[in-house]
Amino acid sequence: MAEPVPADAIQENMLSGDKIDVRDLDFYYGDFKALEGVTVGIKRNAITAFIGPSGCGKSTFLRSLNRMNDLIDGTRVEGTVLLDGKDIYAEDVDVVDLRRRVGMIFQQANPFPLSIYENIAYGPRIHGLRNKAELDTIVEDSLTKANLWKEVKDKLGQPGTDLSGGQQQRLCIARVLAVNPEVLLMDEPCSAIDPTSTQKIEDLMDKLKDNFTIVIVTHNMQQAARVSDYTAFFLAEDTNLPAKLIEYDMTDIVFTNPTDKRTENYITGRFG
Amino acid sequence: MRSRIMDKIAMGILWANGFLTIAILAMIIGYVVVKGLPAMSLGFIFTSPHGIEQSGGIFPTIVASLYVTILTVIFTTPIAVGAAVYLSEYVKQGRLVTIIRFGADTLSGVPSIVLGLFGLALFVYILGFGWSMLSGALTLTLMALPILMRTTEDALKAVPNAWRQGSMGLGATKWQTIRRVILPAALPRILTCVVLAVGRVFGETAVLMFTVGMAINLPFFPNEPGRAMTTHLYLLATEGISMKTAYGTALLLMAIILLFNLSARKIFNKTQR
Repeated sequence: MAEPVPADAIQENMLSGDKIDVRDLDFYYGDFKALEGVTVGIKRNAITAFIGPSGCGKSTFLRSLNRMNDLIDGTRVEGTVLLDGKDIYAEDVDVVDLRRRVGMIFQQANPFPLSIYENIAYGPRIHGLRNKAELDTIVEDSLTKANLWKEVKDKLGQPGTDLSGGQQQRLCIARVLAVNPEVLLMDEPCSAIDPTSTQKIEDLMDKLKDNFTIVIVTHNMQQAARVSDYTAFFLAEDTNLPAKLIEYDMTDIVFTNPTDKRTENYITGRFG
Repeated sequence: MRSRIMDKIAMGILWANGFLTIAILAMIIGYVVVKGLPAMSLGFIFTSPHGIEQSGGIFPTIVASLYVTILTVIFTTPIAVGAAVYLSEYVKQGRLVTIIRFGADTLSGVPSIVLGLFGLALFVYILGFGWSMLSGALTLTLMALPILMRTTEDALKAVPNAWRQGSMGLGATKWQTIRRVILPAALPRILTCVVLAVGRVFGETAVLMFTVGMAINLPFFPNEPGRAMTTHLYLLATEGISMKTAYGTALLLMAIILLFNLSARKIFNKTQR
């Protein structure tokens, strides 16, 4: 288990505008160390992009921010992840509440085999909301926030799985918004959808960042450059070596004037 | 050129294999239908046997078979589904699970006559349930449980992981995820498995001879004995009582099992879309 976090570190975190503060994180799949020494501050109300070649641990790192990796047997975390100054790996943390606060959008849109309405109402229901009028309001609100309401308002009873790929992904975003999260983790949300739908999701992200802290993992460097305010570049020098955070800065700087040679090589397309 | 000829030959052989399978099935069904149809009538289905059983109907045996089968389903389904959920969703995949699965597979391979003997010893004698619907159903539960558990486990495994992650990612607990997403999604397959298991149970013979008895009796309470259709068929044929009635019973037995299997298909197609 992680060592106690010093009080001044918490203080510092609350003052610096970092929503999530990761210190010296190591991640293991069994005996294999997949990530080593990641220290990063994720800014509040901004979009942070994680980039890097396949297998560089960026998705693993993303999933360690809401403990989705707990679902995989044999994984282990060392180091500290502070959300609003509180260690999410501490013993007394309610993982269920953590995952509500830190929502996740997956690579493959995964609407439940339920109606559009029930997909959105799912989250509030599991958290105990029964009132039909309140559920109606949440469903409309969430779909509106996800720029999907106009397209589906007349067919809320139809299966969510009947929507197009891009609409399904926005439905999944709306489903997460319905539980009132603070952070949105997006794991390559556009890799399985067409350019027009991608554009819609990027517009949506831009709108959402006023109220949420967004982290996006992407393979697409143009996308990172377009949407994000901050960019973190991950790299494993070799497939059996742990991945590390190579560079982290404002997106403009990472893409125009990177400090590390490896970052420059990656963003100019010399590898990956 | 050579490869084309080989292709033709391969196709011919495979076609012949497929045809043979269907032909055997058609032969059996055709034979039973031809031999059994003369015995068939409403009276045959809805009246009791007369005299030394060569005349009259087989109504009590149909009731006994259905009674035992339904009781078995009531016993088996909750346990099998519960065990399958535990094995596929809760427990860490490892040695213990492998042992449980191996145990289940072995149990489903136990010859039914051995199970029948076991049921006779345990339920009929030791626990004192006597020859009864209850003893039969409990023994059949032992037979159906591993089958249904394994097929249900496969049904649960067929539910995409993305739904589990989506649900857990929204802050659902494991149980909420199982109850609201996984079980509803797996339900069509589970129902299909149940109905197919019903077909197996309904056609079972050895177990029922040992545990339900042979009394021609219209069972009402679960502690009453009876005679299943399969047992009746066996006795009619081996005691030389009436081959005509035996084939009639066989035809009806097959028809009912076919009905179960068709309805399994129907349930599956209807809910699968």
